[in-house]
This record gives sequence, structure tokens and C-alpha cells, in this order.
Amino acid sequence: MLITIQRKNQLMTKIKSLADLRKKKEDLQAKIALREKSDSPEGRVLVKVAMATCGIASGSKDVMEYIADELNKRNIDAIVSQTGCMGYCYAEPTIEVTLPGKEPVVYGDVDVKKADEIIEKYIRNQELVDGIIPVNYQTIENNKEE
Amino acid sequence: MKDLSLHILDIAQNSITAKAKSIFIGIEEDSAANTYIIRVEDDGCGMSKEVLELVTDPYYTSRTTRRVGLGIPLFKQNAEQTGGYLAIDSEPGRGTVIEAMFVHDNIDRPELGDISGVLLLLIGANPELHFRYVHRKDGQGYALDTRELQEALDDMPVSNPNILGYIKEMITENLAAIDVYQ
Repeated sequence: MLITIQRKNQLMTKIKSLADLRKKKEDLQAKIALREKSDSPEGRVLVKVAMATCGIASGSKDVMEYIADELNKRNIDAIVSQTGCMGYCYAEPTIEVTLPGKEPVVYGDVDVKKADEIIEKYIRNQELVDGIIPVNYQTIENNKEE
Repeated sequence: MKDLSLHILDIAQNSITAKAKSIFIGIEEDSAANTYIIRVEDDGCGMSKEVLELVTDPYYTSRTTRRVGLGIPLFKQNAEQTGGYLAIDSEPGRGTVIEAMFVHDNIDRPELGDISGVLLLLIGANPELHFRYVHRKDGQGYALDTRELQEALDDMPVSNPNILGYIKEMITENLAAIDVYQ
């Protein structure tokens, strides 16, 4: 009984120092070793959230946090990163989703609810969801080369 | 922008666009002097004198996808509304320092907001960059350095979602210890 209480206390302790962080990391490593994640970047879903002034002002920070959190919770192997303004300021927050082996798709006006729909329908089942921006979309990197 | 942390996120994105390798974010609260100073320093490509004069103009932007650039003008406007200022110093090839002073007790000073969330987004999306964050408040302070984080984590990537959660908790706890609430 005493041991369980102690363990519970240990789990409840807040992380305050780098040493605490190292300890948590070691616990986590032990767990990950059991789960054995695939380490191939090609097989991963890539989500880029537009994070320029227009995006930030429209709430892209909360959307990005939500997407990163939910993909992790729902066990979808994905990389969530940021990109600049793609010129669709009127439709911010925008996100670009690239499924493995597919062309990138950009969604506009993505709030938390829309993000949930995109994760469930598009990322999980490859069903297109309303709110796709242009059909002839090019990534920001390609635009620059013109 | 709803709060100061979002301005910081926005300005730090400029540093990332400027190909910075190391970014310093500093907040200094001084109740006696009634100042709230935010500094963002980077070692990115910097700006020439001509560009430096233009960046506070909302109709100037370095990008080609749209014709306005509001990040710095909005930050400046918010600082000046409280009676503060925004100053930029930059040199091509050396980097940029941007400093905004807000009058601490002014009713127009936005609240800090979710600074730990902002730091996490920056660190998680740019694990290869070196970030330092220092928050001082009336003689107390908290400092975060991503090199130290990486050292504590060994080979575990700092961008691992669970690890980011731990780091967020660490920042929040340490800020609360110096009476900074988000």
C-alpha cells in the first residue's frame, strides 16, 4: 500500500528542473522501446501550419497545438511543422496536409473543429473535406523559384 | 494579436525566415521602473539601413506572396499605445535585435499569454535551432536554453510530443515560481 502511494506521488511530481526532465525522458524511453515506432519519414503524414502574422492573428497557434496533440493521442505517425504565409490571408488559419505519396492539399479557415474533421476524414480515411483552397496549389518553396 | 506571446511568436518567425541559427527571447519586468521590455535577438542575415527604415511601414514586406507586412507595425503600435516604444537594430550578416518597451501598469498593455506554448511551438518546429529564453521579474528570473535541454535528453529528439509536454510543464512551473502566470 505504501509503495503504491509513493509511486503515485512520484507520478504526480511536477517537472521543475533539467534533472526532472531527464528522469521523465528515461521513463518515456522505456515505454517507446516497447511500442517500437517505425522510423521511415516517407510513410509519415506531413502537416504544415501557416504561422505568419496573418495566421497567428487568426488563431493558428491553437490549431497547431491541437493538431500536434491529437495526432499523437490518436497514434497517427505524423510530422507537424510550420510554414510562412501562402498568400491566403483571408482564409487563415490554413494548413497544408501531405499524405504519403500524394500531392499536398491546403485547407482554409481551419479551427479546432475543422482540424478534427480533417484528421478523422482526410488523414485517416483519405476522404476529402470541404474547405480546400485552390486546386492548382503550389507550395511556398515552388512559388519562390518563379 | 491577442497577447504579447503571440507577438513574440510572430517576431521569432521573422528570425527563422532570416535563417538565424540562434534566437534569444528576453522579457524583463520591472515594477519599480514600470517597464515591461521584450527583446528578440537573432544571428540571422540582418537588414541594411534602407530596409531597416522600411520595416515599420505596413506596406513593406520582404515576401512576394502578399503586399503587406503587419508583424512589426502591429507590435510597434501596441507598444506605443501604452506609452512605450519599439526599437530595431540590425546589421547585414550579423543579425537583428528588436526591443519593445511597454509601460507595465498601462491598461493597454496586453497580457503575456501562453508563452510556454509559444516557446514549445518554436522549439518543436525548429529542433535544429538554438533558443534561449530569459524571463526576469523584479530581481528574480528563469532561463531556458535548448542546448541544455538537448543535453538532458541525450539522443531523444526535443520535438517528441511527450517530451514537449514535459518541457511545457517545466516552463510553466518555473515561471509560476517567479510569479509569472500565463
